[in-house]
Amino acid sequence: MTQTQQAKPAKGETILRLSKICKNFGAVSALTDIDLDVRAGEVVALVGDNGAGKSTLIKVLAGVHQPSSGTIDFLGKPATLDSPGKALELGIATVFQDLALCENLDVVANLFLGHEMSPWALDEVAMEVRAWTLLRELAARIPSVRQPIASLSGGQRQTVAIARSLLLDPRIIMLDEPTAALGVAQTAEVLNLIERVRDRGLGVIIISHNMEDVRAVADRIVVLRLGRNNGVFTPDASNQELVAAITGATENSVSRRAERKAGHAQEQPGSPA
Amino acid sequence: MSKPAQSTPSSPQAPLDRSDVRMRHDDSIADMLRASLDKIRSGDLGMLPVVIGLIVISVVFSVLNPVFLLPNNLVNLLFDCATVGIISLGIVCVLLLGEIDLSVGSMSGLASAMIGVLWVNLGLPLPVALFAGLAAGACVGALYAVLYNRLGMPSFIATLSGLLALLGLQLYILGPTGSINLPFASVLVRFGQIYVMPGWLSHLLALVPGAVIVLRGLRTRAGRQAAGLSAPPLSALFLKAGLLTVGLEFAVFYLNIGRGVPWMFGLLIALVVLLDYALTRTQWGRSMFAVGGNREAARRAGINVRRVYMSAFMLCSTLAALGGMLSAARLASSSQQAGTGDVNLNAIAAAVIGGTSLFGGRGSAYSALLGIIVIQAISNGLTLLNLSSSLRYMITGAVLAIAVIVDSLARRSRVSHGRA
Repeated sequence: MTQTQQAKPAKGETILRLSKICKNFGAVSALTDIDLDVRAGEVVALVGDNGAGKSTLIKVLAGVHQPSSGTIDFLGKPATLDSPGKALELGIATVFQDLALCENLDVVANLFLGHEMSPWALDEVAMEVRAWTLLRELAARIPSVRQPIASLSGGQRQTVAIARSLLLDPRIIMLDEPTAALGVAQTAEVLNLIERVRDRGLGVIIISHNMEDVRAVADRIVVLRLGRNNGVFTPDASNQELVAAITGATENSVSRRAERKAGHAQEQPGSPA
Repeated sequence: MSKPAQSTPSSPQAPLDRSDVRMRHDDSIADMLRASLDKIRSGDLGMLPVVIGLIVISVVFSVLNPVFLLPNNLVNLLFDCATVGIISLGIVCVLLLGEIDLSVGSMSGLASAMIGVLWVNLGLPLPVALFAGLAAGACVGALYAVLYNRLGMPSFIATLSGLLALLGLQLYILGPTGSINLPFASVLVRFGQIYVMPGWLSHLLALVPGAVIVLRGLRTRAGRQAAGLSAPPLSALFLKAGLLTVGLEFAVFYLNIGRGVPWMFGLLIALVVLLDYALTRTQWGRSMFAVGGNREAARRAGINVRRVYMSAFMLCSTLAALGGMLSAARLASSSQQAGTGDVNLNAIAAAVIGGTSLFGGRGSAYSALLGIIVIQAISNGLTLLNLSSSLRYMITGAVLAIAVIVDSLARRSRVSHGRA
């Protein structure tokens, strides 16, 4: 997966490095010894079953949860993410699954929520221009930025949420299930958007249950299982390998079908854990 | 594109916000009329119910009793509007967050009792007594906010208990006599009963809104064109300002046939304009709407949600205290009856009738002003008809019910039309 890259932050430079991250909730260890690297201009997909720890990991990175142990390096320096504000300040933006938009406010107001220009006499013109330029850069198709969010479609709302996370010029954006509620065309639109964000030299972390989507945009696929790293794959990995790593079972409907197709018993690559 | 000759300096193509072919753009006055009709049909009623309500009320009452529309009766009406209108302004703030303050009546009663006790009985200077009343309001509001933010107590319950507790405090500080007369010659009482603007000043002030609309409109227009955005047509701007100015000048002229425009009503208008600016043009106002629309989204956007609640509750109780002290001035007495009866519900009803939603996230400062004029017109008209207060309560109750029904029907329609 190589693409032409404009001279933004050096592509491939490691922005974020997690090592040995553990998170315990009482007796339950939600994350154990997680390692994860995110580089500039790269899409990392986090996949795993329900309860694998994907959301916990995202919340650790967003500053919502604090890790019980382990270190987080941001641009080579150790960082503590003790509040959502701190994570944003460092340049880690999160788009949560429920988008968190205010339906009664228009697109401009939502984009700038909490970061309005000139707080004592809002500069609506400047904000509207900035909103249009940002949406243009993303080639987003929002008919009017003065419409309330309530009148937008699911894909358009996702676009607004992603655009909002880009407003503060982050280094990394994290997307939690960005395509979960979307139709075919809107999913394609959001995936295009993710590629454009990557081409701007940002690191992207995406969580998804949809293997098609993951393989369409990801440069690396990181599998979590029961709170541990369970292998790193390239997008060329077969469905079978991925499902095996996710479920931890080498015997499942996907592998059985592959076997039937292949017509003979096949040796599985065992999971590293 | 039916745009008037207006070209953006650098780019030959359409303005930045006009590049999407799917949007219909309303550029002429006819288009704008059609757009606002569409808006009303989809449930975005705005000021319409109030305007219709006022027309119906004036026609009905002036047929039943011609005194209703006489200038001096209207001047009286405006004096009455000011006190509860100021309380209602505070209610708008908490309603925007989707919360409620049921204790504004008791708070106003407590403040009016404080004026009587501190100023008349204890002989403190008037400014000190006024300040003490406002401070008491701010403290009560802060207490509600702490109960809500830290202990998760629903504002409905917190302020309901506040209603009783504050009423008790009011009765306690008034003592066994139960009523304190305020001196008629004092500035406060004269402000509440007599002071009106000089005619020339009121005419001058009536020109201000139109002038502000034109000046601000021209500045926004220039800014938008410089930034490559579309700008609304000039004709609409001048039409709006012109109609408003004519309307206001006529109203002022008519009131000046009688006693003139009360200063107290001027205070209400000033507060409304101030709050409107704060709600629509500052970051604080934006966060009020955001918290009312989606609290969690506001929190994640980095807004200090607790502080927003604190500001709204404090503002509401402080304005209630101010309204209470002015109503003491209006009646020239602090009594056990102050703030009881229908004050509470009138204040809430005014905000809702004016178009502030009970569900949070929608409304404006002007809704308090328009709503209170409707409420006071009804109560004034019914008083002129010599109806007993039993009937008055029933009718006001029915009006409130109708207002809430209109609100929730409009909300349903907005949801189905994708307008939130």
